[in-house]
Parts: sequence; structure tokens; C-alpha cells
Amino acid sequence: MDSPVILECRGVWKLYGAQADSYLSRNPAPQRGDLSRNGLIGAVRDASVQIHKGEIFVIMGLSGSGKSTLVRCLSRLIEPTAGEIFFEGKNLLSMPERDLIRIRRTKMGMVFQQFALLPHLTVLENAAFPLDVQGVPRAERLERARKVVELVGLKGREDYYPRELSGGQQQRVGIARSLAVEPDLWFLDEPFSALDPLIRREMQDEFMRLQNMLHKTIVFITHDFDEAIRLADRIAVMKDGAIEQIATPEELVLRPATDYVAEFTRHVSRSKVIRAASVMTPLGDDSFAGDVPHDARIEEIADRVEAAGLPHRVMRDGKPIGQIGRAAVIDVLVGRR
Amino acid sequence: MMRARGATFWFGLFALTWALSAFSFQLSKAWDARWLLKYPKAWELPLEGAIKDALNWLVEDAHFGLFTFRDLTRAISALVEVPYQILRDLLIEGFSTGIGDSAVQILPSLSWIAVIACAAAIGHYARDWKLAALVGGCFLYLAVFGQWESAMITLASVLVAVPIGAVGGLFLGIAAWRAPWFERLLRPFLDLMQTVPVFAYLVPILILFGFGPVAALVATVIYAMPPMVRITVVALKGVPEEVLEAGRMAGCTRRQLMWKVLVPSATPSLMVGVNQVIMLTLNMVIIASMIGAGGLGFDVLGALRRLDIGGGIEAGLAIVVMAIALDRASQAFAERSQRARLTGNVLQRHPWTTTVFVVIVATLFLGQVFPGVQTYPRDLTVTTGPFWGEAMKWINVNFFDTFEAIKVVILNWLLLPVKKFFGGIPWAWGIAAMALIAWKVGGWRLGLLAALLTAFIAATGLWPKAMVTVYLCGVSVLIATVVGIPLGIWAAERPGAGRVILGLMDTLQTLPSFVYLIPVVMLFRVGDFSAMVAVVLYALAPAVRYAAHGIRSVPEQLIEAGVMAGCTRAQLLWRIKLPMAAPQLLLGLNQTIMLALSMLVITALVGTRDLGQEVYIALAKAQPGPGIVAGLSVAFIAIIADRIFNALAEGQKRRLGL
Ligand SMILES: Nc1ncnc2c1ncn2[C@@H]1O[C@H](COP(=O)(O)OP(=O)(O)OP(=O)(O)O)[C@@H](O)[C@H]1O
Ligand SMILES: [Mg+2]
Repeated sequence: MDSPVILECRGVWKLYGAQADSYLSRNPAPQRGDLSRNGLIGAVRDASVQIHKGEIFVIMGLSGSGKSTLVRCLSRLIEPTAGEIFFEGKNLLSMPERDLIRIRRTKMGMVFQQFALLPHLTVLENAAFPLDVQGVPRAERLERARKVVELVGLKGREDYYPRELSGGQQQRVGIARSLAVEPDLWFLDEPFSALDPLIRREMQDEFMRLQNMLHKTIVFITHDFDEAIRLADRIAVMKDGAIEQIATPEELVLRPATDYVAEFTRHVSRSKVIRAASVMTPLGDDSFAGDVPHDARIEEIADRVEAAGLPHRVMRDGKPIGQIGRAAVIDVLVGRR
Repeated sequence: MMRARGATFWFGLFALTWALSAFSFQLSKAWDARWLLKYPKAWELPLEGAIKDALNWLVEDAHFGLFTFRDLTRAISALVEVPYQILRDLLIEGFSTGIGDSAVQILPSLSWIAVIACAAAIGHYARDWKLAALVGGCFLYLAVFGQWESAMITLASVLVAVPIGAVGGLFLGIAAWRAPWFERLLRPFLDLMQTVPVFAYLVPILILFGFGPVAALVATVIYAMPPMVRITVVALKGVPEEVLEAGRMAGCTRRQLMWKVLVPSATPSLMVGVNQVIMLTLNMVIIASMIGAGGLGFDVLGALRRLDIGGGIEAGLAIVVMAIALDRASQAFAERSQRARLTGNVLQRHPWTTTVFVVIVATLFLGQVFPGVQTYPRDLTVTTGPFWGEAMKWINVNFFDTFEAIKVVILNWLLLPVKKFFGGIPWAWGIAAMALIAWKVGGWRLGLLAALLTAFIAATGLWPKAMVTVYLCGVSVLIATVVGIPLGIWAAERPGAGRVILGLMDTLQTLPSFVYLIPVVMLFRVGDFSAMVAVVLYALAPAVRYAAHGIRSVPEQLIEAGVMAGCTRAQLLWRIKLPMAAPQLLLGLNQTIMLALSMLVITALVGTRDLGQEVYIALAKAQPGPGIVAGLSVAFIAIIADRIFNALAEGQKRRLGL
């Protein structure tokens, strides 16, 4: 990753329970067992993350693994028990409330699992709410809200109240609201998991469409691995409050750091994750049936490679870097490697 | 095994208490121990004097640096007096300049037509035409039946007290939500305010503020505010955490978070609180006629004292009508969700404001020419007083013997034996028994609390009166439960009957407690029996409601499982629904007891000899000490009962795994 780091946290802890603060200052690196013996819950344990500008960073893990807590620490909605957080190089934790409010007003947006819309405001007013808080004049903020509402595909429903909308539509309003201030950093806490599978799929496509237009830096939480690999540039896998591994989807599948990650990724259909460059063999002398890009997923090229009698060349930056043949593709498809 | 031991405990306790109660006299003779029967005077706490001194000190000497306590009460008086006087001018007297004989009216009060138009407009704004007709009709009734002026006095008090109570409650609630320590500090006060009988704090307020509408308004606000505080805290806590976070992520400052996110999101619940404040205010404004509130309550009180049957019923009905109008309108406000989408010009967007404005101005000018437009013509009023008087006479002539027979039977077979039982319990054993019961139900902490509170009651020297309160309350609650639970079950099982029954209960609950006294006194005259009937009527609603709710909320699957197991309807009820509903029934019982106690104090007006009477006498003689001590005793009885029944319900819930 070469783009600059926008958000970074180092050694962040969040403990729940009586005297969590003093406990951690006495025992800087407690184990899980130590915590539970003292009646504490380690919601986040020693998490360190770097988020680069323009990437989609997915945090995933089972329910209760501390995803929401970590993200709320990153946005300082809750105070971490220990650790440091930097946003654009500035220390977020020591920042006075005034500056924090300014950052939230202009640079951060968040979408919530249960939508968190304000029941007394219409769709348009909900989308305009962050602008209202900043004191933007009414006509101007409604104008800008109208734009984001249209962007998320709710044109014509501006005057509805949240209770008059379906779940998918409500989440579109949530997305519109978080986009109204054109944030640089966009947090999404399981935005689609309260929705039916079909709508979820539709909303994921919608989300990708938006991202292709807007190019935001995104921190996305999910407990659904399929969703994660569809969206992620990088994935952090959490377990019991600790981060097990941070890697691209492909690396997670090919080189899991722990048994837990391996178990987690076992049932993933690997052809959706693994890219040509990972399974290519050194370039041979024979002739080739065609070229494939190095970052093409096996799923995308499988038909082509299988149908051809000869191997394909794998190309990066216009130069061949290896070759891929039928056997390699079939290995991936049947899960032999 | 556990069960058997529990049964032995309860049976043993009861048997021992009964024996001690029945033979306490002989026992005290045999041991030559008079203290057994009567709490020794020498051991009484010197509370009454202390309270009196404290109040005196407050009034005479208390000083907060810059100002004295007196200045404070004067400031409060002014603060309340000004809006009250403006409302009175607006509704009744008209605005004038100058004082006494030289007063010149510059603007007449709102005409009765204008007030009715306002009421109807509010009804329509809150819901629809039907409500407009209901609310407008209620006010029209007040005009036609000659209750206008009293009703407007009452309304003026309500209109002053409700905003103060609601806004004050809201702010206290917000503070409690913000600072947990403040909530902890507030909670015991709220508990006390809701259990101390209202008469008890009328006396100190009388002393601090003097007889008159201001004292009445202060008492009213104190009485009506606590539920608003509680509801505000619950409503704010009920706003989903994510909504709060959404507000913070949008960059709200603390103030914006409160007023743009939390309070608007919680508005539906808050409006329920406002409805409660309105109904409690009306209730208290009526009661506070004793310390000078005037209005409809004063009419009822006067009629009760004169035994003027017709006048009492007339004023009572006017209160009922007003209660219904206020309740329905404010409830509609609470439920109002759909805001009309506004289009068009000012006139089209605010048709009602315009109409009401036009009506006000038109009647203002017409009223100068035709007095009937300004004030409802006296010769067109219908008085129902004589009719009610006749009706009562007729009932008494024809059914006197029947009523008397019922009264005698219940007195002899229920009231008197129970009275004797409670009256005979020696105070020392009473404390021990209370402690044992509380300990058995809720552990040693509860036992200790019960022992201390009971001991306080004994130490005030009010033990015998407290036992009368307990006995009257016990019998009333028993009857209310025996009648109420079957009604509730019926309401839950048959939706048709349910609507009627629950609707009736809703209306019963909106009536100010004073109203219940009227028919009871008319039919049964004064005494324990009348008091009991009034208390039963007043306290019936929660027994019915909780029973219905409990039965209805039994999980469908359990009932289906029962049906599949071949239960008959009766078996379903006894084996599945009732046991599952037990916690709710207990909570309903608890509420019934609370309402019964609060009503019991008011029935002192119809001549009971319990703690309520003690409070009432203190009020009549303006003695703060005895009034507060007796009031606290009632509150402590309520608190003990409340804690015990809550613990029972909790235990039951745990056992059912709910
Ligand atoms: N306010 C709190 N008090 C005590 N414990 C908490 C609190 N908030 C979270 N926890 C605990 O911290 C742990 C992590 O919770 P968190 O909400 O971050 O999980 P999550 O990964 O977001 O789960 P989900 O997928 O269900 O949203 C859980 O064990 C939870 O019980
Ligand atoms: Mg979560």
C-alpha cells in the first residue's frame, strides 16, 4: 500500500467492567483468562490498524468479537481504555471536544446497523440533519440533501417519514445522511445485516456503484465473509476482541496466520478470492492461447482457461510474468489448494 | 419440599398473629404489661414538635446568603400568580386597569363561544372531527349546565400548573439522565412524593404560601411533577444507543444532541408523561380546593359539606366531563404521529388558527351588543340539581332497606372481623411479623427496611390508626382483586367484552378521586363502608388492566402446546394462563394497593378513623407536625407493600424463567 495513512490506531484496548482503567494500568498486557477472572470483558484487546486513503478496509468476525467496539473507538464514540488513535496524523484521543466535533462534521460519516434514523424527521430532513447541526441555512441544506437522496435512489420519497419506508429504503436514507457532508472517512457498521439476503445483495451492488463514483476511504464491518471478499481491499479478522490477521482476502485464504482464520476461510469458494498471479507457474516456452491480467480472479477466467488447450500468459504492466493452465484452475475450483 | 416448608411458615405466622391478636388483652392482663397493648407515650419520637420548629425556622429565619426563605416563597408566589391572574382575566374576569371601585375594564374575557371554538380546534388539530366534536361538546355541556365559571377557574389552574409541571419534570428528568448521581439522589424523593398522601403536604404549603390559589398551584405542581420526571428518564434511556451515536457522528454539540436528537426522538413517550401530568393536575386542583383553589372542586366540597345531593352530582359530573375532554385531547396529542404536509398560503395552512382568531374577534365585538354572546345566558342554563336530588330521594325511598341490608352484612361479616383482627395485633408483634414477612419474601435487607419503617409508625404513637388504615386498605384491595381479576380475565378472553371493560376502566381512572365520594356518600352516607366502596371503585382499574394484560401476553406457543395436550378451556386458564400471568397479577395487586392507599386518605372526608383522618384533622387545624407524621406513616405503609409485592413478582418471574 503506497497511499498515505488516514487513520491509525496502536495498541487499543477497551475493557468493560468495574475499575477497568486502573486494572489495565496495573497489568499492561493481560490475557483473556486474567480478564475474565477479574470480572472484566475485553471487548477490544491490543488492536493496531492502519487505514490508507481510498481503500475499503473490512473488519470481520463473529458476533461479539468486538467489531463495533473497535470502530466506535476509532471514531471516538467511546473512549478506549488504552492505546493511541491518529486521524490524519493528529491524536484523536487528546483532542478537545470542539476539534472532535469539527472533524465529525466535515470528515467522518457513519452508517448504522439499525439505521438510527430520527423518527420525527422526513427522509429529506434526515439526510440534511448533519448540515442542520452545522448551521447551514435551510434552503441550502435541503438542496444538498436532495442531491444525496437522489444519489441513493430515493427520489420521490423525500417527504416520507422513516416508519413509512422498508428496511432497505431506510438504510438508503442512513447512507444518504452519512454522505451529506461529503466525508473523507466513511464508517459502516454492518449496514446490510438487518436486511433480507436479496435486498442485501442489491444494496451491496448499490454500495459498490457509489464507491466507484465517490472513492471514499471506508471502514466496513460485517460478519459475513462473502460480503467481505466482495467488497474488501484488506480484511481484519477479529476474535474475542483481538485482531487475528490483517491481509488481503487472497492472503487470508492462502496464508492464514492462525488456525482460527484457516477455519474461518475454509468454506469460502476460493475461486472468488484467488487471483491468477497466486497460482501461476513460471513462464514456459510453448505458445499461448491468450493473456489474462495478473489480478484477475480465477472465477472470472476459469471458463476461458479451461476451454483452451494451451496455457494463458499472466500479464502485469504489459509484461508477461508467468503462465496459468487448466490444471491450476481446476485445482483452485475443486479446492485442492 | 420447599413449598411445604413455605406453607408451614405462612400458616404458622398467621396462626400466631391471630392468637396474639385475639388474646392480647388477656395476655397484657396476665403479665400486667400495658405496653403490650399501647405504645408507651414516653417512647414516642418528638417528631411533631421538631417539624413545627423546622417550619418556623424556615419561615422566620432561614437565609441563603443573598435572600431569605421568605423571599424565595414570595418569588415563587409571584411567578405563579402572574400567569394565573392573566389566565383568569382571559377566561373569566376580563382585563382591567385600576383597583377596586375605580377599575375600568379594557378588554372583556374570552366569550364562551370562543373558548368552545378553541377547544374544538385543539381536538381537530390533535386528531379529527370526532375528537373536535367530543371536546367541543364537553365544553358546551359546561356552559349549558351552568358550570362555566367554576370550570374556567379550574381550567385556569390546570393551564398554569401543567406547563410548570411538565417542563419542570422534563428538566429534572434530563438532569437525572445526564448525571446518574442526581438520579440516585432524586429517586427516594420521587418515591416519597408518590406515596405521601396529598393532604399531608397541603399543610406545610399552606403555612409557607398562605391560603389561596397560589398555595393550591404549588401543591398541584409538586403532586403532578414526579411522574413526568420518571417518564422523562425512561423515555430518554429508551432512545436507541445508535440514534444517539448518529447524532454524535453528525457532530452535534451536547445541547444539540439533547434538543435535536434525544428529546424529539423521545417525544411520543414524553407526551404520555404530559397526559399524566394533566390528569394528575386536574385531580389535585380539585383536591386543592381545600386550600383555596376554588372552582369545581370547591363546589363539590361545599355540596358534600351541605349534603346538597343535587349540587354535588352536578359539579361532580362537570369534573367528569372536563376530565374526559382533557384526557382524550392530550392522549390524541401523544398518539399524533402524522404531521399534515403543509401546502398553500398562510390561511390554507392554518385554517384552525384563522377560524379561531376570527371567532374570538367576532364574539368580542358582538359580545358588546348581545351579552348572550359574551356570557352564556343565565335563563338558558339547565340545572339538573333538583333532578338528581329527586332521583337520590327516590332511590333512597325505594332501595334504602336493600342498601342497608348489604351494608350491614358486609360490615358484620367482613369489615368488623378484619378490623378486630388488625386492631388487636400488639405493636411489637406487628413489627416482628412485618419484618419476618419481608425477610421471607425479599431477603434480610428488605426485612430490615420493613422492620424500621414499621417501627417508625409505632414510634409516632399512631399504631392503632395505622391498623385501621391497613384493615380498610386490605379489605378494599381484597374486594377490588376478587372483582377485578375475573373482569380482567373476561376482558382478555373476549375481545368484544374487553373493549367495553377496558374502556370503562380507562374512564374510571381519569376521574379525579374526589368524584368517587359523591355517589358513595349519597347512597351509603358516611362511615367505613362508604370509604371502602369508594376505594374499591377507585382502585379497581389496575387489577383489571394488569390481569387482562398478563393473560394476553402469555406466549401463543404455550397455549398451543396446552391445546395439543388436550386441555379444556378451564384447564388452559388454570394450568397455563394464570400461572404464567402471576407476576403481572402481583404487579396489578401492587398498583391496586397504591391507589387504594391514596384514595383512603381522601375518604377521611367521609368519616373514617384512620391515618387519613389524622392528616385531614391536621389540615383543618393547620398543624404541620401531625399532618406530616401521619402522612409519612401512610407513605411507609405504601413503601413496605410496594417493595414486598415487587419482590414477590420478581421471585415469581424468576421461577417462571421470564
Ligand atoms: N457497554 C458494554 N458493556 C459491557 N460489555 C459490552 C458493552 N458493549 C459491548 N460489550 C461486550 O463487548 C464485546 C464486543 O461487543 P461488540 O458489540 O463490539 O461486538 P460485535 O463484534 O460488534 O458483535 P455484533 O456482530 O453482534 O454486532 C461483547 O462481548 C459485548 O458483550
Ligand atoms: Mg456490532
